[in-house]
Amino acid sequence: MLDYDKLLSDKAKQMKPSGIRKFFDVVATMDDVISLGVGEPDFQTPWLVRQTAIESLERKRMIYTANSGMAELRQEIARYVKRKYMLSYDPKTEIMVTVGGSEAIDLAIRSVVNPGDEVLVVEPSFVCYKPIVELMHGVAVPISTKLENKFKLTPEELQEHITDKTKMLILPYPNNPTGGIMTRSDLEAIAEVLRGTDIFVLSDEIYSELTYGVKHVSIAAIDGMRERTIYVSGFSKAFAMTGWRLGYFCAPEPLAEQMLKLHQYAIMSAPTLSQYAAITALRECDRDVEKMVAEYDSRRRMLVDGFNRIGLTCFYPEGAFYIFPCIRSTGMNSEEFCEILLQEEKVAVVPGNAFGDSGEGFIRVSYAYSLKHLQEALRRIDRFVKRHHDAGDKL
Amino acid sequence: MMKDQLIALLQKNARLSNEELAVMLGTDAATVAAEIQKLEDDGIVKGYSAIVNEELADPDLVTAIIELRITPKRDSGYEEIAHTIMQYDEVESISLMAGAYDLSVTVKGRNVKEVSMFVSQCLAPLAGVLSTATYFVLKKYKDKGIVISEEEKDERGYYFP
Repeated sequence: MLDYDKLLSDKAKQMKPSGIRKFFDVVATMDDVISLGVGEPDFQTPWLVRQTAIESLERKRMIYTANSGMAELRQEIARYVKRKYMLSYDPKTEIMVTVGGSEAIDLAIRSVVNPGDEVLVVEPSFVCYKPIVELMHGVAVPISTKLENKFKLTPEELQEHITDKTKMLILPYPNNPTGGIMTRSDLEAIAEVLRGTDIFVLSDEIYSELTYGVKHVSIAAIDGMRERTIYVSGFSKAFAMTGWRLGYFCAPEPLAEQMLKLHQYAIMSAPTLSQYAAITALRECDRDVEKMVAEYDSRRRMLVDGFNRIGLTCFYPEGAFYIFPCIRSTGMNSEEFCEILLQEEKVAVVPGNAFGDSGEGFIRVSYAYSLKHLQEALRRIDRFVKRHHDAGDKL
Repeated sequence: MMKDQLIALLQKNARLSNEELAVMLGTDAATVAAEIQKLEDDGIVKGYSAIVNEELADPDLVTAIIELRITPKRDSGYEEIAHTIMQYDEVESISLMAGAYDLSVTVKGRNVKEVSMFVSQCLAPLAGVLSTATYFVLKKYKDKGIVISEEEKDERGYYFP
């Protein structure tokens, strides 16, 4: 019998599995649970995109594409980021198609981080950054953003955490789980701190299509930032294409070159079928995206209003499809709240601390659900909070 | 802008209260009430109805779509005969079509015979009707943008995040 524990990679062993798994393994076994937990759109992929995939299966050969993705798709991505966000990248050398935004994040971190390098991770945020930094023997330094700043990163917070070992800043906006965004002036202030340093920016903008009333701005479009920025995005959230596993990054050639090597050896090329479909998404689906955004927007208003009425206050998030209400008034911590709510009312939400310590005291609520579903969930949460309030539990 | 969004919300669910609509549109209930009143006054919103899965509500109900070819009248075209046809309670909808036939009429009845009798006794003999073709609806899959033939199941898992 092999002694696996002794034989396996220390770095792999030290990596913690996503803490939330256990909680949701329980959810999966229960009937009639109303979930507000998932992180993917409830919309179907636009029909034109699916149709393109079907036709491609009929007519095209499903062979490897170029390592960096089909030339036609990269060309289309270049046009898209130009018309949407005023970004100019050369599709031949600065744009690469990946297996979801996740792969692009992995490539970016692994191409940049040397042992001992510090990587600033804005929190609360997506859970994958820190484990990858640590796998590279880097040090993940969390920067906690605050409710009173609408979970934006402030220049002071950034400045405080910069040392001579700081290699990269991970900037995840529009933000999962808070729904916070960074406006042009917010980004200008961050750029002011970064200008003249050697710090890279990994800008995870996967939710960039989903902002409400405010147009998304990329940090790569701010003066002096392009040379240091790896812009990561993908098709999952914008075009409701999670299962197609397709993302991309844009970055200056010297960075892209390193990332391409990792991708070459680990992945070869992103799924060919998805690449055909993605060309249609970028060319012909603006209207579909607009409709989805309008629908998310009205749900967002309804949920924020509902939670504020219930007494679980939350700020108006301006991006992604999550709200991030504060549950401290109940006297419970995030995990207690989620577990008891699940047991008593069969509603599943995600504890905020799953996204970093600064998420403690909050819950992530997804509105990628129908209005009817959201209204029923609100009724149950209202009942739950009233009951615990009346009982004077822990108050 | 708000008008379009309001119509879109009402088309999906006309039972939302003015307060709920106001929250979703980022305005107040009085504004919503005034806007709805205006839509009704202007004849943009003609009424509110439920989207019913008739297979479950009344399995015996028969729906037919009837294509009518018409000789238009010299001065009133298709208007007069369309007005005559829409007086019948059996007629659920009627539209003037471009293409191989002229009027499309949706008719509901208790059974196939009742609908057939309606076509042969009420529609076919009308002056100006050249021919009729009747098609019976076997199953409705989607109505007013809502899928009705199947319960949509949420298959998304908790693949974190």
